[in-house]
Amino acid sequence: MLRYFLRRLLLLIPVLLGVSVVIFSIVHLAPGDPAEVMLGPSATQEDIANLREQLGLNRPLYVQYGAFLGNALRGDLGRSMRSNAPVVEEIMDRFPATLTLAVLGMAFAIGIGLPLGLLAALKQNTWIDALCSFVALAGFSIPNFWIALMLMLLFSIYIPILPSSGIDSWKNLVMPTIVLGVQTMAVIARMTRSSMLEVIRQDYVRTARAKGISDRLVLTRHILSNVMIPVVTIAGLYFGHSLGGVVVTETVFSIPGLGRLIVDAIRSHDYPVVQGGVLFFALCVGVVNLLVDMLYAALDPRIKAQYRAAR
Amino acid sequence: MNSAGRSYSTLAACGVAGEKRRSPWWEVWRRLRRNRAALVGMGVIIMLVMVAILAPVLTPYDPNKTDMKARLQRPSLSHPLGTDNFGRDMFSRVLYGSRISLYVGFVAVGIGAIFGGVLGAVGGYYGGRLDNFIMRCMDVLLAIPQIILAIAIVGALGTSLVNLMIAVGISQLPRYARVVRASALTVRGQEFVEAARAVGARDVRIIVENILPNCMAPIIVQSTLGVAQAILSAAALSFLGLGIQPPTPEWGSMLSAGRQFLRQAPYLSFFPGLAISIVVLALNIFGDGLRDSLDPKLRQ
Repeated sequence: MLRYFLRRLLLLIPVLLGVSVVIFSIVHLAPGDPAEVMLGPSATQEDIANLREQLGLNRPLYVQYGAFLGNALRGDLGRSMRSNAPVVEEIMDRFPATLTLAVLGMAFAIGIGLPLGLLAALKQNTWIDALCSFVALAGFSIPNFWIALMLMLLFSIYIPILPSSGIDSWKNLVMPTIVLGVQTMAVIARMTRSSMLEVIRQDYVRTARAKGISDRLVLTRHILSNVMIPVVTIAGLYFGHSLGGVVVTETVFSIPGLGRLIVDAIRSHDYPVVQGGVLFFALCVGVVNLLVDMLYAALDPRIKAQYRAAR
Repeated sequence: MNSAGRSYSTLAACGVAGEKRRSPWWEVWRRLRRNRAALVGMGVIIMLVMVAILAPVLTPYDPNKTDMKARLQRPSLSHPLGTDNFGRDMFSRVLYGSRISLYVGFVAVGIGAIFGGVLGAVGGYYGGRLDNFIMRCMDVLLAIPQIILAIAIVGALGTSLVNLMIAVGISQLPRYARVVRASALTVRGQEFVEAARAVGARDVRIIVENILPNCMAPIIVQSTLGVAQAILSAAALSFLGLGIQPPTPEWGSMLSAGRQFLRQAPYLSFFPGLAISIVVLALNIFGDGLRDSLDPKLRQ
């Protein structure tokens, strides 16, 4: 198990290297001179030339990339052009808020999505199933920024019980949690429903029932443990993807997190922050996927057995 | 997507099993017709396309004509969805918005499906190192959340309609590559591909004439769902101010503009969002139905 974990961790390295090439190319091959953009329209040619020299923009691209990569490996992602603070510091300042949101969003997604999917499957082809399935499909289709605005309208303006911005108390986090979690919730509900429908028709479930085990025990011991396997995989993979949702959520609710950091950095052409931020996001997605794989192995005895055999 | 290979075989099976040798697509349509939800979704999409085409005839006002005397009016008979802070008619703007959204959605998916499809087909057909290289590149793109990749591209290229479509298209590219590759892998071993090779057809021709047509089923399903995703992403980018800029009537940027007036004029945010939701919902329902019809085995 540990060996597998380490191997997977090593496999993350080429992906991150690839991401660094992609994001470096996007930022540096783009039209427009960063030095010119930073100094604004009133800058003289001399100022621009000086700044270019200072930022190392006159060197060939591969040299610049080499320097970027070398520094990144030592944990130095450069300095923000706006605040002049180290990019790593900026990211770490913002990370706790994003992490909190992401964890809460996931908890919401599982807490609502799982029961919704189970209910739909247990009541297959009834109006309850139709309703649950529609809620799931709607959650997947309605833009999260619209949900955000409508929640604000409802709970901050019409019935003012929740604040619409900041992160001072738990109340601030209620709406962002829903907005961030709703898409994953929909995916989990759909996945749970189809997985559940498959499992309840399996022979081992019939056998368990035939043995006279109570319905509840069959559900918890025999059905749920098997339903969870595909759900965890999909939910985990989707979770990495849904981390992108923090961009919208943090912007709408004025939460100082990573998503907003990247959007602000793009708006103000703060390239080191964009590079570092995207790289950090990719790292998070990679780590989440890795954890999901570990969880997957822990949930499925067949896979665990494979590792044992491999050793 | 493991359904990809199966869809193909189902299609082929339909063609062989039909007593009257009906085309496999006819079979798909026959199954689709029985799925009421999918038909409703398809109806809504057709209606929206009509609205987009006929927008100049259907709209009572010029969507960009400002009228400062008629600012922030509530929905009424003369302005069914109210007016915005420049006195522009929201009904006309929402109708015109369908043009931009559908346009961006279809073109972005076109970009993603064509480039992704070619990469996937080439990888799946040749296999080996080339395939490995292409798929590792796709893994890299997949490691960055789609919306963040799109934001980075649009941020670098600058905000414009074309750049928005490119950004959304590239961010969707890996999923087409994967789907097509999976199909190409199952097709490349079939007899007709070997036959084509035996008569001396060149690789390019085999890919274009044999491999790609046989990957159409999963590509179509993925594209339908992809248009929905693309419309959502494009609207999100515009909402963040990184997509289509005002005064162009685009749903995402209209929502963003309406945000400042959430208290005074909530309808400014309500209707554009409702429009996006309806389009995306219709596309998703239709896409789901299409997948079930192409691959009945998956249906519960």
